[in-house]
Amino acid sequence: MTTNIGKFKDASPMSGILRMERMPHIWCPGCGIGSEVNSFAEAIKRSGIDPKKLVVVSGIGCTGRVAGYVNFDSIHTTHGRAIPVATGIKLANPELTVVVFSGEGDLTGIGGNHLIHAARRNMDLVVICNNNFTYGMTGGQVTPTTPGGAIASTTPYGNHEYPFSLPFLADAAGATYVARWTSMHARNLTQSIEEALSKKGFSFIEVISPCTTLYLRRNRLGDGVDMLQFYQENTVLKHGCDTRETAINYQGKIVIGKFVDKNKPTYLEALDKVGAKLVGDDYQLYGKTLPEREAEAKAEKERVAARRTAALAEEATAAEKGSAPKAAVKKAAAKKAPAKAAKKAPAKAAPKKVGAGGTAKKPAAKSVAKVAAKVAAKPVKKAAKKAPAKAVAKKTRK
Amino acid sequence: MKTVNADPKGVDTGPHFMDGDHALAEGALAAGCRFFAGYPITPSTETAERFAERAPEVGALFIQMEDELASIAALIGAAWGGKKCMTVTCGPGFSLMVENIGLACITETPLVIANVQRGGPSTGLPTLTAQQDMMQAKWGPHGDNAMIALSPDSPQECFDLAVEAFNLSEYYRVPVIILTDETVGHMHEKVVIPPADQIQVVPRNNYSGPKEDFRPYKFNSQGGHPMTQAGDGYNFHITGLVHNERGYPVMTAEQGKVVVTHLMEKINGNADKIIRLEEDQVDGADVVVVSYGITSRIAVKAIQDARKEGIKVGSLRLITIWPFCEKRIRELAGKVKAIVVPEINYGQMVLEVERAAAGQCKVISVNHCGGAVHEPEVILDAIRKAVK
Repeated sequence: MTTNIGKFKDASPMSGILRMERMPHIWCPGCGIGSEVNSFAEAIKRSGIDPKKLVVVSGIGCTGRVAGYVNFDSIHTTHGRAIPVATGIKLANPELTVVVFSGEGDLTGIGGNHLIHAARRNMDLVVICNNNFTYGMTGGQVTPTTPGGAIASTTPYGNHEYPFSLPFLADAAGATYVARWTSMHARNLTQSIEEALSKKGFSFIEVISPCTTLYLRRNRLGDGVDMLQFYQENTVLKHGCDTRETAINYQGKIVIGKFVDKNKPTYLEALDKVGAKLVGDDYQLYGKTLPEREAEAKAEKERVAARRTAALAEEATAAEKGSAPKAAVKKAAAKKAPAKAAKKAPAKAAPKKVGAGGTAKKPAAKSVAKVAAKVAAKPVKKAAKKAPAKAVAKKTRK
Repeated sequence: MKTVNADPKGVDTGPHFMDGDHALAEGALAAGCRFFAGYPITPSTETAERFAERAPEVGALFIQMEDELASIAALIGAAWGGKKCMTVTCGPGFSLMVENIGLACITETPLVIANVQRGGPSTGLPTLTAQQDMMQAKWGPHGDNAMIALSPDSPQECFDLAVEAFNLSEYYRVPVIILTDETVGHMHEKVVIPPADQIQVVPRNNYSGPKEDFRPYKFNSQGGHPMTQAGDGYNFHITGLVHNERGYPVMTAEQGKVVVTHLMEKINGNADKIIRLEEDQVDGADVVVVSYGITSRIAVKAIQDARKEGIKVGSLRLITIWPFCEKRIRELAGKVKAIVVPEINYGQMVLEVERAAAGQCKVISVNHCGGAVHEPEVILDAIRKAVK
């Protein structure tokens, strides 16, 4: 069966945010990265951030390809070096919002040193780390987060190493925002990314995600849908959980939630303080004085807030009228077979996407959709107070 | 190359007494460098220190990264963030940087790296001089790369070549390497920094046309193609993968050929425009001493003594190391009896000289394993042998 990509591209609510000319992407059916990118795109839309002022940086690997699919200024760097490249961009132009989107092998293995130092400096970056416990692109080798006992191509008799707990690592290194979700928690992830985008400082969001082709198959854990079911049954929502309690054991419980949310001066704010003290009122960076930069930042903040309000209003109207492009696609898709329909609804979270891969049995796909709705209805504590979260939950229940 | 006057903010006009490392920092600031990421390593650290000290008054930014891998990566980010940028290191740090020098090559990112060479291999002779990274500068990154590398022989030239390095880097959109050495780096001499209106710099060339026509690359084997900076709204994508002119990955042998040919030819094909040499009494000489960096200043003594003995000796100093001046060497090799190549390594650039000379004359290597400069007598002996 061939998919009419052209039609898909036009209908996609993500056109404009994704580089549709680069579709189809390289990710396997059932992989969690696609739904994470959807959450990211949704968060960008709702954040009010000027898309021109957003830069996405990735490293190498399956998740490293994200930079190639998002329709922003984007850099696909070398293995492990996404964070220092992002650091360079952010410091060269502090007006930019810089997001690093990469995998756990890239960010915490070969790039681990950069991760902890960017967190230590409180560099103003948002880091989204897809953690699928495996080096996917190279064929399923053990990573720094692979749980003990798990089979990988380089630990064929079971992993004997101690894994990193990434929230604990990021927290210990100084990150001011630390959260963990799974690729099934599409709404929570979207809200979390939105929060991180609006927050200054080093934000680290870990997303546990299934690698169907390698990790799941090698460990005989079923397919993507089985893993989403597993996430539903084995995630424990614990906002504010001590990050020392977030370790993941092989097929054990996964603590999710927002663990750290605090404020301290960013690298640049701290540097500005030193400069201003030294040079006085004449202190400037790249030809702009501190008051000038602050005024610009304030004005941009207001523009972002206005765009955000407009985006949310548009979303609410669309939800009411049921005439949003997303809804239109859904409607059109509903006429066709479930598996096909899922493919037509790219904005939908992982569960349906998995169905699209043809790996899901029909009943499973159904139950997963239910699961997704349930999870979506369980909003982030803080965010739940906000109108948009409610609206979304409502919409999903429909 | 279109040039403009330097921004006076970064130009500390006047006579100075400073070492080569400090002069590199001043040259960078004069050239418009406003972003420096580095990691301390002897004997290059003074450049970073100078930049860190000067940054707040110039409005530039200095960051000490966690290692050299991060330093060079940050430069790539900063370059696409719109800033001219630089880092400084020596052998061990340069070894760590080569990965992303390769990324800078394929993404055609302008940046400048100074390698203040010390004795190797490995940790080697941290505080002592050498010229052992000449080949590494060219062949460090994997794959085919055409590099530009310059070699100053004095603190004044550290300043001058830093400006030149930025200009070449901006025009050809390549990483440019300044290959100096511990001796020049730590040698204090008079350095005269001219007024800003007497320093010509190549400004960043950013695209400003319609979005649909934006192409970050043009595979035409030439420099001068505009880039862009993050935030300008062109939604650029750059990757270390072989790509098309839009910057998108195209992983085919055909596209690999297009990209590699462009990368190689934009430097090698313009070698005549890039290469700078300093020649002295080369015409009619029986022997020519080919040298560079600090060794060329030692060679002066040997050349003077040889001339006193009646030997017709010329001097050819390589200011540009890469691309190599093979045309000029081939020409000279047909006219002289011998070429003498003193260098503080086991014989690196001499291999290039031999290749270019192609058997037309004798090529005599005067090597030195590092830690000190040559005794002029050793070079003199080689010159004497050369004419026999």
